[in-house]
Amino acid sequence: MAEIKKAKIDVSDGALIPEKEDKGAFSAWRISFFGALALIVLLPIVSPDPFWRILKFLPDGVLRTFQVTVMSIVLSLVVGLFTGLGRISRIRAVNRIATVYVEVIRGIPLLVQLFYIYYAMGKIVQVPRITAAVTAMTVCYGAYMGEIFRAGIQSISKGQMEAALALGLTRTQAMWKVILPQTFKVILPPVGNEFIALLKDSSLVSILAVSDLLRRGREFASRTFYYFETYTIVALVYLVMTLFFSRLVALMEERLDKRER
Amino acid sequence: MSDRIRIRNASKHFGTLEAVRNASFSVAKGEVVLVIGPSGSGKSTLLRCVNRLENLTSGEIYIDEDCVTDPHADIRKIREEVGMVFQSFNLFPHLSALGNIILAPRTVKKMERHEAEELGRALLERVGLADKISAYPDQLSGGQQQRVAIARALAMNPKVMLFDEPTSALDPEMIKEVLDVMVDLAREGMTMLVVSHEMGFARAAAHKVVFMDNGEVIETGHPDIIFKTPREERTQRFLDHIL
Repeated sequence: MAEIKKAKIDVSDGALIPEKEDKGAFSAWRISFFGALALIVLLPIVSPDPFWRILKFLPDGVLRTFQVTVMSIVLSLVVGLFTGLGRISRIRAVNRIATVYVEVIRGIPLLVQLFYIYYAMGKIVQVPRITAAVTAMTVCYGAYMGEIFRAGIQSISKGQMEAALALGLTRTQAMWKVILPQTFKVILPPVGNEFIALLKDSSLVSILAVSDLLRRGREFASRTFYYFETYTIVALVYLVMTLFFSRLVALMEERLDKRER
Repeated sequence: MSDRIRIRNASKHFGTLEAVRNASFSVAKGEVVLVIGPSGSGKSTLLRCVNRLENLTSGEIYIDEDCVTDPHADIRKIREEVGMVFQSFNLFPHLSALGNIILAPRTVKKMERHEAEELGRALLERVGLADKISAYPDQLSGGQQQRVAIARALAMNPKVMLFDEPTSALDPEMIKEVLDVMVDLAREGMTMLVVSHEMGFARAAAHKVVFMDNGEVIETGHPDIIFKTPREERTQRFLDHIL
């Protein structure tokens, strides 16, 4: 597991975060984003049936998708923080537990984890589908977030910890007051990327009959048999969302860079 | 004369590399001791053992009555009283100059904010940076950063200050501003252990010079004697290189 230390961490399959140079009128991002947006607007105008009906049917699903994504990302950040701290802990048992967690979770497909947690939890208590979905996403993404936190913490120069210890801070105080505040800045881009990846992966929860964007599309299509048209719109809506957030992440990154100067 | 720092038969091995071999010397209260020697001679390693950023392989280091090298010693408590200044400054980049200085008093000593800020302001004034109170490290020159780092260490009111090549990372025109602060500190009676090759500082402030080579203390003496008439040939050879 020897990884080369670097300040910029790249561990994700979220989305292509636009580069700063990528700013022309015909950048790949602009073509995709505005192209998708134009199709979403134009198709219902050109042929309201079925496109306008599809579009009216989907907003509930978009909201549910957001709900699952935001809840999962917030919880996985918390899990990831403690997993990352565990991964660098000097206490052997803690270190092992965190590492095993990461290894196990990264080795099981998210879809399998979803089934597993839903039916495993169902054996003990009947939980709402959405709780099972968010739990599974959190458990899964917590492991990836843990690796991001670990890499972020390790990217902070050793001198920072030494300076804090030399002043009389405890290791824990140094971690919370000196190392982690610097880590948050470093991990913002990969966390943004994970957010986008999670947004896409949240479509898997439709398998538990959580009525997210994909599920809503499926419901509409199976009722009306407009499969092609419905999934076109569903795909375009996902695309617009992920491209929107990838731009947002890029902007936040830029702003952080500027504030540093 | 009462010793503030006593280093007794200190050895430090990194694997098979003997970075420090059987080094012994002491620093009296109010004394300024300069450690010189070629790079790789173990002087920085030895200094880092004094506040246990590194652990000695064998030997003892005492600060007053406290045995630093005792595994049961409350090293955190001892570190409160031992200020350290690093070659690469190691200021906290997410905090302003004032924020850097008040972090430890606030966190470790639980000092009230206004009290800590007053202290921070006074210290920044002392190192000549009263106008940089809210500047962030990356807005400061190397010399200014190092002066903030000295102020930060002083904020814990230490009884000993360690300097690990404090001017080696600085452009020549900034060295003087840092040395001036260090000389002032020495004149005020601070006990200082300094790893550096700055002859200007040695002449102005050092009471004693320790020459190390290859992990060993070769000779110890008054700066005038070490620099002008060293006993050991190795010392002479080293001085020929740097003077």
